[in-house]
Amino acid sequence: MTDKNNNPVPDLPAKLIEEFDRLVQNYPEARAALIPMLHRCQEELGGWISPETMEAVATYLSMEPVEVYGVATFYPMFRMSPPGRHVVSICHNISCELRGAEDVVRQVCELTGAKLKGTSPDGKFTVQTVECQGACANAPMFDLDGVYHEDLTPERVESILGGVE
Amino acid sequence: MSFETYLLDRCKIEGAHELKLAQQHGAYEALTKVLKTPLSTTDVIDVVKASGLRGRGGAGFPTGLKWSFMPDPEKDPRPRYVAVNADESEPGTCKDRVLMELDPHGLIEGVLLAAYAMRAQAAYIYVRGEYRLPYNRVAQAVEEARAAGLVGKNILGTDFSCEIYMHKGAGAYICGEETGLMESLEGKRGHPRPKPPFPAGFGLWGNPTTVNNVESLFNVPFILTRGADWFRTMGTEASTGNFLCGISGHVAKPGVYELPFGLPAREILDEHAGGVWKGRKLKAWFPGGSSTGLLPANTIDTPMDHDSIKATGSMFGTGAMIMLDETACVVRASEVIARFYDHESCGQCSQCREGTQWLSQIFHRLENGQGTMEDIDTLESLAKSMAPGRTICALADAAAIPTLAVVKHFRGELEAHVRHKGCPIRNRTLAGANA
Repeated sequence: MTDKNNNPVPDLPAKLIEEFDRLVQNYPEARAALIPMLHRCQEELGGWISPETMEAVATYLSMEPVEVYGVATFYPMFRMSPPGRHVVSICHNISCELRGAEDVVRQVCELTGAKLKGTSPDGKFTVQTVECQGACANAPMFDLDGVYHEDLTPERVESILGGVE
Repeated sequence: MSFETYLLDRCKIEGAHELKLAQQHGAYEALTKVLKTPLSTTDVIDVVKASGLRGRGGAGFPTGLKWSFMPDPEKDPRPRYVAVNADESEPGTCKDRVLMELDPHGLIEGVLLAAYAMRAQAAYIYVRGEYRLPYNRVAQAVEEARAAGLVGKNILGTDFSCEIYMHKGAGAYICGEETGLMESLEGKRGHPRPKPPFPAGFGLWGNPTTVNNVESLFNVPFILTRGADWFRTMGTEASTGNFLCGISGHVAKPGVYELPFGLPAREILDEHAGGVWKGRKLKAWFPGGSSTGLLPANTIDTPMDHDSIKATGSMFGTGAMIMLDETACVVRASEVIARFYDHESCGQCSQCREGTQWLSQIFHRLENGQGTMEDIDTLESLAKSMAPGRTICALADAAAIPTLAVVKHFRGELEAHVRHKGCPIRNRTLAGANA
């Protein structure tokens, strides 16, 4: 692909292009597909949205890269730097906090060797806190690579993280 | 007290997220009745109006009335949309997720009935990005329904056509605000729009749009099969039907319970949620999510309905009760919540952008020993400068109103934090897990 000034733009994988060609049909304006597209890019392209990805998405949607950047950075789920191989997102909002989220954060950091909002030295785990995930009646909780783990106890945290390859 | 249930009945049947079993238990009966009788679009709106159904997303606005704001298609030929608010993000709220995971066809039927009533040709279901299982369940159910002729062109062989599209958000609380949701659905930052114009006149892509919460729509099929009079037998005069009560925090049995409006909060706490955990006493509670003012324990006999909770100075919100036991620190709870609104402010309005940050910093100072008596007054004057109605959307109100409630009901605890130069409650964590 090239941008409007004919400068080369990195290509998105053909598989994603095929998906996006279908996705944009769902909306009267293609740009509406932007956020779902960024999700798919993040899932398929290393767990983050690189500047190159944003440029490629912008070209696909005939948008300015800066507009894509503006949207991508607004939404907390999109990461602007590469994460570790696994991402642990611990809810620290009120319902989880009331049932020991601070202890979960401490334990996860200890077990993984990652500092909060950082990645463990071996690159295996990124640990972050997130706002309410809608698991309030099963607090405390974390999301590991897109799967909710609820009603956490120290034993459960240990066995869940211990089972990660 | 015994009462009739309907919202969670199918959810309790293993496998009812699939079409066949859902249909054996009544899914799409209302749609069939409406399309085959046929009931006119006005008839449907009239039944929903007569039922007294109020929106379950937080504001409690009458659903039928909202639907009637859509312009007459004879005079206004623009495309028309239903947007489903499945961005459930209000702290404490975890009810729509249950419906989407366990009974997605119930939601789809509600969406189709709304689209029929408002003559919308398409609906977008905006699901928060973190809700992967709920999203997948609803997406699969839409495909099943499409294959069975229940979604798409000429539904059940009639003239009624409606497409349903799934759409994924990406973690911004503000996209649960209806105009923020529409901006986000258009592929933009979730910046709420000034109102007017209202969505019914100028919504998605500038076209007539109505945004409804998942649980609100979920009620509609039951109202249409069993009638408005039946619906009004449950709940109170002004808050009809049952609601999904998520109860979390310091209770023995947190959960999502289906209850009629008007039960005393104490009964919900003691008889459904097993009482305060660890045999402790209640200190304070949020009646409907973190945006509703914190109430002291002596209000626990208040009935859970819109008007009764409003009379306490708080709000019914999403009916998500968050309970704090006697060991909890109200200042720490406020610090957590203020941090949340600071994080989630979209930044358009200065009162909100700056105000939420100030609130967060002040509560942090008080909890961590750097607070002054002046800070407490600042909390109050700042909150009054942020709300009500001084900003484009209600996020500033959501941050300010609970702050005013804390200053009103728990001033002594705030002052104790200043005097003790920090949190006087020994265990700094709210959980008291080691206590």
